[in-house]
Amino acid sequence: MSNVELNQFSITLAKNQVIQNLDLSVRQGEFLVLLGPSGCGKSTLLHSIAGLIEPSGGTLTIGGRDMAGVDPSERGIGMVFQSYALYPTMTVEKNMSFGLRIAGLPKAEIARRVERVAGMLQLKELLKRKPAELSGGQRQRVAIGRALVREASVFLFDEPLSNLDAKLRTELRRELKLLHQTLRSTMIYVTHDQVEAMTLATRIVVMQGGRVQQIGTPTEVYERPANLFVAGFLGTPAMNFIDGQLNGAGQFDAAPLTLQLPGAAQAQARTGGARAAVLGVRPEHVHIASGASLSGTVSLVEPMGNHQVVWLQCGPHLLSAISQEGSYVSGQQVAFAIDASRVSLFDRASGDNLQAGQVSQAGLADAA
Amino acid sequence: MKSRLKLLASPARIGIYAFLASAALFFLLPLYVMLVTSLKSMDEIRSGSVLALPLAATLEPWRQAWSEVCTGAACEGVRAGFWNSVAITVPSTILPIMLGAVNGYALAFWRPRGATLLFGILMVGAFVPVQVMIYPLVRLLATMGLFGSLPAIVLVHLIFGMPVMTMLFRNYYASVPHELYQAARIDGGGFFRVFLQVMLPLSLPIIAVAAIMQVTGVWNDYILGLVFAGRDNLPMTVQLNNVINTTTGSRLYNVNMAATILTALVPLALYFFSGRWFVRGVAAGAVKG
Repeated sequence: MSNVELNQFSITLAKNQVIQNLDLSVRQGEFLVLLGPSGCGKSTLLHSIAGLIEPSGGTLTIGGRDMAGVDPSERGIGMVFQSYALYPTMTVEKNMSFGLRIAGLPKAEIARRVERVAGMLQLKELLKRKPAELSGGQRQRVAIGRALVREASVFLFDEPLSNLDAKLRTELRRELKLLHQTLRSTMIYVTHDQVEAMTLATRIVVMQGGRVQQIGTPTEVYERPANLFVAGFLGTPAMNFIDGQLNGAGQFDAAPLTLQLPGAAQAQARTGGARAAVLGVRPEHVHIASGASLSGTVSLVEPMGNHQVVWLQCGPHLLSAISQEGSYVSGQQVAFAIDASRVSLFDRASGDNLQAGQVSQAGLADAA
Repeated sequence: MKSRLKLLASPARIGIYAFLASAALFFLLPLYVMLVTSLKSMDEIRSGSVLALPLAATLEPWRQAWSEVCTGAACEGVRAGFWNSVAITVPSTILPIMLGAVNGYALAFWRPRGATLLFGILMVGAFVPVQVMIYPLVRLLATMGLFGSLPAIVLVHLIFGMPVMTMLFRNYYASVPHELYQAARIDGGGFFRVFLQVMLPLSLPIIAVAAIMQVTGVWNDYILGLVFAGRDNLPMTVQLNNVINTTTGSRLYNVNMAATILTALVPLALYFFSGRWFVRGVAAGAVKG
């Protein structure tokens, strides 16, 4: 069942087409994350779903109802903003109940909802305080609470954690995920933070330049990126890209590196013939092991506590490898292997994943 | 402590203080002369120096200025003018602030079609000299049957106050995060509810600035009051001019000085009690040009 549905949706701001003919359907109870660099149109899209920005074309339905010309308050949504946007002159309680009071709900019902949400978000002691007397984390909790009391069918989050420090961000992220598990309502969440996207989402929409680059579960998007942009945007350290040639026999060459590709990639290589290609390898799929076939020089080691990132120079290529144990010093010669079954191959000209068939099949299987 | 003393005594510091002191003296001297003269009897004024302190200070000139001196035909002091000015200033402050706030709010948040153009036209009004518009306004108000009445002068002050009041509030609301407005919209707030319950409670600082600007502007106005207020509502400034320009008899310098100080008292008091806001108001006015 689809809860929010966008068809050929376009947004034009000051003569710039920010979103172009976007199709997206968000299922009931889904935690959908819109992920992309700043300026990719993800926030604009969210504001448009909320009814704060008029679309220039296409249709939007929420819960099956066409939203053209429908006031933001009539859309059955709750929204949380990056800057919290709490009403500075009202107490926490008044902030949370503002919308309910406008809607003219009975006093007892308002009290019940505020009570319930305040309990959920540990806000009970803060109800009489003004926003200025709260910490950043508390403010964001109130902002979330204000959205929750609306008991809407869709919750919209516009980078709600970006103004918080790293520790609080992790905490609130966990709370948000728990909240979603409890409420089971549809959530659409905008962020430029790939960690938030990976941890929270049931599905990620990766956007760039107003266009959707890929839609998929975090695993799909991470392991089978649709193109070079998606591959490079997700993952820290970023995926290693190696420029080289793919020959008809399914072998990837980028002197001094050569890699024999298995299965599907090989088949694709055979049908597509020899071509210039980019090999994408996640750092965790570069294994440092004595006796392995490839060799390189350690150029830098970055300890991360529970793992370390080892940068390897191999001919002209610089590769990052994640290693759990062993100690390395720069200048050291090491042997390493690339897990050929986990690599991605991209067309150098278009940037598209050469195993695209595989990606869409997986997508279909998920939809079915 | 030593270094601080050194800093206070440095040549640059001494220069700055010398300049500030002489500037203050320059501006305060006329006020001093007014004050001492208003406390002297006419005999003492004729015999002594302008700068001398009063030998026998008396409040008699103040009493005369307030309730006896002739302002043209009537001899009831500037008292009547004072209350006229109050009657003009109160509505001429409240109405422009209310309308300016709504205008600024609409321009900053609702952005109706053609808002920029409308605001531009309004701002042009701020740069056209008042004198140019007097005659057309007289004709207009006469046609409406309002000329020479309290509503007329209030309406004129409202019109001339609008550009600056609108700009003041628009700029203030432009600094309020747009997300606050959006949050209120999602909560279901309409035009006036968002204004009254969310934005207006935030606007106290700018209301103070606007009130100071408007009160000083309206209270100090002479030409508009003279032209539009009508015989019965002449503001204090006009009455003061009548007092001082009365040609019959000898010039009562002490009474004139007292009447002048009385007239200047409202803006002066406003300045003393709200200095911080006053400076902001003046600064806002300075930007306007």
